[in-house]
Amino acid sequence: MSVFDGFRFRRVSSPVHDLDPRVKFLYVCVVFAAAVMFSELLPLILLLLIQVPFILLAGVQRAWLRSLRGASFLALLIFVMNLVSMYLYQGQVLLEYSLGMTLRFLVLVESFSTFFLTTSPDQLSLALEQSHVPYEFSFAFTTAVRFVPVLAEEAQTIMDAQRARGLELERGNFIKRVKNYIPILIPLIVNAIRRSLELAEAMESRAWGATEKRTNLYVLKMRGGDYALALTSLSMLIIAVYIRLYIPIPSITTLVHL
Amino acid sequence: MIEVKDLHFTYPNGVEALRGVSLAISDGEFVAIMGQNGAGKTTLVKHFNGLLKPNKGEALVDGVSTKRVSVAQLARKVGFVFQNPDHQLFCETVEEEISFALRNFGFKETTIKRRVTWALNLLGLTQYRKTSPFMLSGGERKRVALASVLAWNPEVVILDEPTIGQDYQQKETLRQFIVQLNAQGKTVVVVTHDVEFVAECGPRVVLMLQGRILAEGKAEEVLTNLSLVAQASIVPPQITQTFLGLADLGLPTNVINVHDASRILLNLLEVTP
Repeated sequence: MSVFDGFRFRRVSSPVHDLDPRVKFLYVCVVFAAAVMFSELLPLILLLLIQVPFILLAGVQRAWLRSLRGASFLALLIFVMNLVSMYLYQGQVLLEYSLGMTLRFLVLVESFSTFFLTTSPDQLSLALEQSHVPYEFSFAFTTAVRFVPVLAEEAQTIMDAQRARGLELERGNFIKRVKNYIPILIPLIVNAIRRSLELAEAMESRAWGATEKRTNLYVLKMRGGDYALALTSLSMLIIAVYIRLYIPIPSITTLVHL
Repeated sequence: MIEVKDLHFTYPNGVEALRGVSLAISDGEFVAIMGQNGAGKTTLVKHFNGLLKPNKGEALVDGVSTKRVSVAQLARKVGFVFQNPDHQLFCETVEEEISFALRNFGFKETTIKRRVTWALNLLGLTQYRKTSPFMLSGGERKRVALASVLAWNPEVVILDEPTIGQDYQQKETLRQFIVQLNAQGKTVVVVTHDVEFVAECGPRVVLMLQGRILAEGKAEEVLTNLSLVAQASIVPPQITQTFLGLADLGLPTNVINVHDASRILLNLLEVTP
């Protein structure tokens, strides 16, 4: 269940954790846009590297490495698929292009995991609410995020219960192995639905949604660091667009041959 | 026989659940493991069928380390009924639910049929054979979970909190059932908070506190020791409290169940039963 560890937020304080979540989200969006803009290797390497100080500053490098390790299988898959399909369509091995696509995926994973690792579910809901997203939606979203670790724990218990009844998850061919997960998934889904109904009842009995206009105990406020990050993000976006439009990007292969 | 020696276990998230537990449970014994929440009771019994493997020390089932055999192999010998039946029920009918484990263990179809009928009968579930387990009440679901384990006739039965969510009548039926199982020679291990339940069963009691064994002994010795039970966040059975309160009148202080209590009171009133 280590895949879900990325969602398990730990309340710590760091310059990055204390940033306004809205600005952090802007930053993530800029990195996202830039990553999608380029398929060349060079700018993608740059995008991967400029995030490292951010992660170190937040002190989440261990959890971050774990989420990268979790993504490594998909990254490999993307690499192989690109290599094979480009070979089939164009008849040549495009190593640099495939690497670029893999790196683009890693940049996306990196930026989103940094965001989630440094933003608590509470902050997230505050950010959504104060960006005028209807409260129902922001509440549903944060509840979903918050319940991921609970669900992961429950999945572990269910796995134990079924293994105690002689279920061997790692046995048989591929189809058999997929089938082995049915006894785990059904109780998990049934319990999740049951829990959501109970949660709804508990919330309604505590007058959820009784007042139209909600006020918040904590109000998000932009500070110096937030303005700096917002400015950096926007200039990054402008530079990225400028480079994309006016500057030809050399591939690593031509750079090596120079 | 189950034996653990100097068992240490820490969960991946850093919680140190067991800090050196040594315990031996012989064949045919009835053991109740008690203690406050987070004392390590469930973690300990999860070592008995290999669901958890010790970080330090060892866990032996019939003399073989649980590290050397798979959970499925151990489960054949050690049946484990989980606290919440909803964590295991997934089939369309009660019948299929009970045959699930039997299929996993590779029983023949004819044997499976016979065992299922036997288990349904044993727990009074025959009328629900073709019912969906999700349609049953909480107590009935619990019984299905129990039947699905007893069906393969394991030598040891571990019950994690069997009395939670059961009404008094069901609890009493379950108690008699468990005592009967034990009388037929099965080793029974119960993890529970329910002190009245334990008192009426009269097993060997193991008290746990913060990942260690605080005390163990006969139920009437452990449950009547006020300082011990207080440390383990347990309140003695009501009958015991009554007798302790009347100790000045010369009443014995080691009474834990209703049967003994009424016998003593009858003697006191000089009435021959």
